[in-house]
Amino acid sequence: MSEIDPVTLVVIQNGLQQVCNEMDLAFQRSAFSPVIAEAMDRSDGIYDRRDGALIAQGELGLPIFVGTMQYSTRTVIERARNVVPGDVYIVNDPYLGGTHLMDVRMAKPFYYEGELFCWLSNTGHWRDTGGAVPGGFSANATEVEQEGLRLPPVKLFKAGVLDEEIRDIILSNIRVAGETIGDIKAQAAALDVGERRLTELLDRYGKDVVEQAIGELRGRAAQQMRAKIAELPDGTYESVAWVDSDGVVDEPLKIALTLKKDGGDLYFDFTGSSAPCKGPMNSVIATTHSAVYLAIKHIFPEVPINAGTYEPLHIADCHGTFLHAEYPRPVSGCAAEVSQRIAEAVFAAMAQAVPEKLFAAPAGTSGNLALGGVDDRTGKPFVMYLFTGGGYGGNADTDGLTNGCSTIGISTMQPIEILEQRYPVLFEDFSLREGSGGAGEQRGGFGVNYRIRIRDAWGRASFVMDHGRYGPQGVLGGADGAPNRVVIHQGGVAYHPPHLSKDQDIAVGPGDVMEVATPGGGGYGMAAERAPEAVASDVRRGYYTVDEARDLWQVALTPENHVDPDATARLRGTGAAAE
Amino acid sequence: MSRLVGCDVGGTFTDLIMLDDDAGTVRVAKVPTTVENQAFGFMAALAGAEVDLATLDLIIHGTTTTTNALLERKIARCGLITTAGFRDVLELGRRTRPNPYGMTGTFTPLIGRLDRLEVPERLDAAGEVLTPLDEDAVRDAARQLAEAGCESLVIHFLHAYVNPAHELRAAEIAAEVWPNPFITTGHAILAQFREYERGVAAAVNGAIRPVLDRYVRRLRNELSEGGYARDLLVMQGNGGSVSSAIVAETAINTVMSGPASGVIAAAYTGANSGYPDVITYDMGGTSSDVGLIRGGIPSTSAELQLEYGMPIHVPMVDVHSIGAGGGSIAFINDAGLLQVGPRSAGATPGPICYGRGGTEPTITDANLVLGRLNPDRLLAVDNPVSLDDVRARMVEAVGQHLGLDAEAAAAAIVHVGNNRMAGAMRMVSLARGHDPRDFALFAFGGAGPLHAVALARELAIPRVLVPARPGITNAIGCVVADLRHDYVRTLNKPLAEVDMSEVAEALRAQIAEGRAMLEREGAEIERVELIHDAGMQFQGQSHMLTVAIPQVEITREALQEAFERVYYDRFALRLPEIKAVLVSLHTAVIGRRKRVGLDSLMEADRRAATVADAQFGARQVWYDDGTQTTPIFSREALPLGATFTGPAIVEQLDSTTVIDPDCTVTVDDVGNMIITVPQRSAR
Repeated sequence: MSEIDPVTLVVIQNGLQQVCNEMDLAFQRSAFSPVIAEAMDRSDGIYDRRDGALIAQGELGLPIFVGTMQYSTRTVIERARNVVPGDVYIVNDPYLGGTHLMDVRMAKPFYYEGELFCWLSNTGHWRDTGGAVPGGFSANATEVEQEGLRLPPVKLFKAGVLDEEIRDIILSNIRVAGETIGDIKAQAAALDVGERRLTELLDRYGKDVVEQAIGELRGRAAQQMRAKIAELPDGTYESVAWVDSDGVVDEPLKIALTLKKDGGDLYFDFTGSSAPCKGPMNSVIATTHSAVYLAIKHIFPEVPINAGTYEPLHIADCHGTFLHAEYPRPVSGCAAEVSQRIAEAVFAAMAQAVPEKLFAAPAGTSGNLALGGVDDRTGKPFVMYLFTGGGYGGNADTDGLTNGCSTIGISTMQPIEILEQRYPVLFEDFSLREGSGGAGEQRGGFGVNYRIRIRDAWGRASFVMDHGRYGPQGVLGGADGAPNRVVIHQGGVAYHPPHLSKDQDIAVGPGDVMEVATPGGGGYGMAAERAPEAVASDVRRGYYTVDEARDLWQVALTPENHVDPDATARLRGTGAAAE
Repeated sequence: MSRLVGCDVGGTFTDLIMLDDDAGTVRVAKVPTTVENQAFGFMAALAGAEVDLATLDLIIHGTTTTTNALLERKIARCGLITTAGFRDVLELGRRTRPNPYGMTGTFTPLIGRLDRLEVPERLDAAGEVLTPLDEDAVRDAARQLAEAGCESLVIHFLHAYVNPAHELRAAEIAAEVWPNPFITTGHAILAQFREYERGVAAAVNGAIRPVLDRYVRRLRNELSEGGYARDLLVMQGNGGSVSSAIVAETAINTVMSGPASGVIAAAYTGANSGYPDVITYDMGGTSSDVGLIRGGIPSTSAELQLEYGMPIHVPMVDVHSIGAGGGSIAFINDAGLLQVGPRSAGATPGPICYGRGGTEPTITDANLVLGRLNPDRLLAVDNPVSLDDVRARMVEAVGQHLGLDAEAAAAAIVHVGNNRMAGAMRMVSLARGHDPRDFALFAFGGAGPLHAVALARELAIPRVLVPARPGITNAIGCVVADLRHDYVRTLNKPLAEVDMSEVAEALRAQIAEGRAMLEREGAEIERVELIHDAGMQFQGQSHMLTVAIPQVEITREALQEAFERVYYDRFALRLPEIKAVLVSLHTAVIGRRKRVGLDSLMEADRRAATVADAQFGARQVWYDDGTQTTPIFSREALPLGATFTGPAIVEQLDSTTVIDPDCTVTVDDVGNMIITVPQRSAR
């Protein structure tokens, strides 16, 4: 076959991307789960018919899905029997290339002119898939069965017709089934959109040309990734990140990373990480890989995503650690929390190689708080979920962002006015957490303080957060950000959860208060290098106290909170007054 | 009304058009925008068109004063009085980052932390008072902020959209001590839930209100000194105008009004020419604006965002900016693939051919190399750059990496650029629930008509409409815009539980408010028109659909049915299992001005007798199927009613239209070109 012309190649690349973006859009606009519609916790892509390798993925999808769906699609392909046009498989088994049970995938074979050409697949975060806790984020499950309904790949649609028996099994095992049927329809409809658009693309350019372009683009993506990596200095870099605990055994879990950079390739080795854990902080292998990919994508955002992008990234086998969970290890914390710690280990190692491109650790927790109970005003049960943000790490150019979303997500927090309208709660405070950004030449961004008072309701509070034991790491001499803190006031008595950032089923009633302070970002560079005027300005705004300016930054202030140059010079030992 | 002036201030040029209905004449002027005070450019344009201010009946003005003030943060210092415990809402935002990938970014709130004060008061979501307003605390806070040097005051309380009593009382108290009228309450700007979005809307209004007030005052003075004694209307983002006497009170409504004017002109022109459904396309230097018009009515949105962290949730004409323009830079990436944009050479250094130091090839340079743009008119005069220089850079930066000569490289750039723009335009229309194939493409601005035929082909749009004067479309939008006021109110209840008399009452209140506003303005209108719609969703959803409400008295059943129909049209899904929710009610109160005839936009005395007479040259121009000798026509000289076929280039003062070989052009009776684009057959 002749070489494909360069313009057609780019146009087909854009075309494949467009198909995925249109699927993302269709799914998001018609979904019910607020996690999909508002938090955009979904992703759509096109996959190779032979091995499920990623061909293209929507740009509007959630970052954590950058690598995972090719694993689940491969599983579907391996297990699929008697596939015909119109079939749609559904699967959420974490061990078969998944994340947590709430991320439900659908995969549909795509036929062109009667032949299987590729697979279309998408994933959406359902608001519930059964299990011990509404929403699925158990803090202390010890086996996956407690976490919810687990589906191996099964045909939900057979030749275009919804299998009502399978649907009923699903709906009988989950909460909010009524709205979930809307999500099921929306998710399948998004694949239909992809089918139509891909057909048009093939009609226009021809099957052989598109097939050839797909192969070529995969090679080009690998080439581009290698070119980026080749710019880094060769070497071996080590880093460590910690998960507070698994929610069951109160011991920190260690992620140890040895990163070797050699030419155009990166080798990730997690040997030395903790063994599989009892509680739900195990990571399945697809999520571990995805966390590495997403961390690299955060560092090189311009590289497009397809299977070629991952070719230069080599992840050593990590059997025997909690980063490669096997049945029946509980895994509900892997996508939301452990993945963010893995990304932080990658950031910390890469910061040694290219400090100018990196940043200190971000808050790195989804800040997931769930409150379930009965609203006395209506007599009806309710479940409220809250996802909060925290500070990002400082970087070479700027201070960290305040109240950013999780590393793996792009979701926003629900407005307080909507939460108070829907649920029997009252926010007493929602404020910037002063002092939480780690000190540094560029300081970390700030976390958030919030206090929620229960009004006329009895219920149970659960939360799965992290960075309660250790704050987000600073880099290049920067200080760590402030750790996460949770206190529940029950009947006027303060309850401090033993696992700090994870607990489940804490009984609360009218007047009780849930108080949370989210982490600040890590600092970047030595605090003593920060411009004294920036420190003074931070103090004037109330971000830090005068004492903190002196103790953390060695900056002395006048009574009006302006820089005292002489005293500052003495503190910093720089002799002559700098300003 | 006989003598009208529309004046639109854009980023680079200030455009002015004067229509004289009685005399059937038109005058236009295009002068450089004066950034520091746009009034100077305005006056220069009036002088340029030799307008006698004393004989004018009406001036309608589109200004970017407020948009620029926000983007450049040249805003008034604002103080905030807010609910205890929530002063940081404006700084914390909604837990976001600027881009999905990349863990860095910065954000600066419009009101600094020191200028945000809290007072005891609290309502719950039902509007019940939990903590009464501490009136002394309000007085003290207002005094403290005024003394600190704040010029503008914003009062923003939780749940004020349900019950504005505390905000109203606080404003009353503050007015006693505040030295000027610049007091903005959140509920008055946006009666919608979401404390961050409403708070930002109020803060935006507070921050630009003094800026707009000063600007409009100065301009009115200048105009009256010039002898002008009539009304000055100012364009708003909702596509309507408002009297300059009251515009500053709701200054936020003027943000992003420039692009809205263009869409209004397109709606007016399209509807008059038999194309009520159009996609508008205005290509600029760094980006292009896309809008949608159905049935002659521009689609509106209350979910636009000016920049990261700055949602502008008042109703606006829904104009979407896509990151590709004439200055978009072409380069070869590490994968060896040709990329066009999103990086742009902007105005400085600009494309290579501008001679301002640009060295990287752009879409504009590619158009020049391909003969689509006229080299005699484009190549810089001050710092001459030759066509050969541009060709050489084209080969160096792109061609040699792909084995292409200058022309082939330029063709590749235009092709890839069009492909990307078309993709973005598809997303814009799909996100609003429309298939672009059902529309005509209305191309304006200097460069819109250059790419319109190619884009129409990519999008399978059968027809392109290029208006008579594409370069001054925004100014024409000013001239034809009606007066308009929009009101939105949150209900957020399942439809089954809504008291339908409450709906009628709310709509009537909105009508009364709008009519009162028109009355205050006192501008000349022919009649008042009302548009009502509801924001609805199925219970549990986040996204809303807009459902038209034909009259104030509507039954629950009719609204339910209308919603289901709209939902099905959009998503092809029926969801009988799930409850419908009535989220919000919206009313637009439109003061219709007398219709303005646009048939004099092309001056009759420059018209040639035949198409052949309108041709003034020929050059080699590249098309998909190869290079062809192409006749060059003067736009002004094309006779009305003429028909001709491509290949053709039509040039006018500030715009160039490229017509592919297989296209047919008809000039309609007011001078619009209607280009028929044959559908591409599948390979």
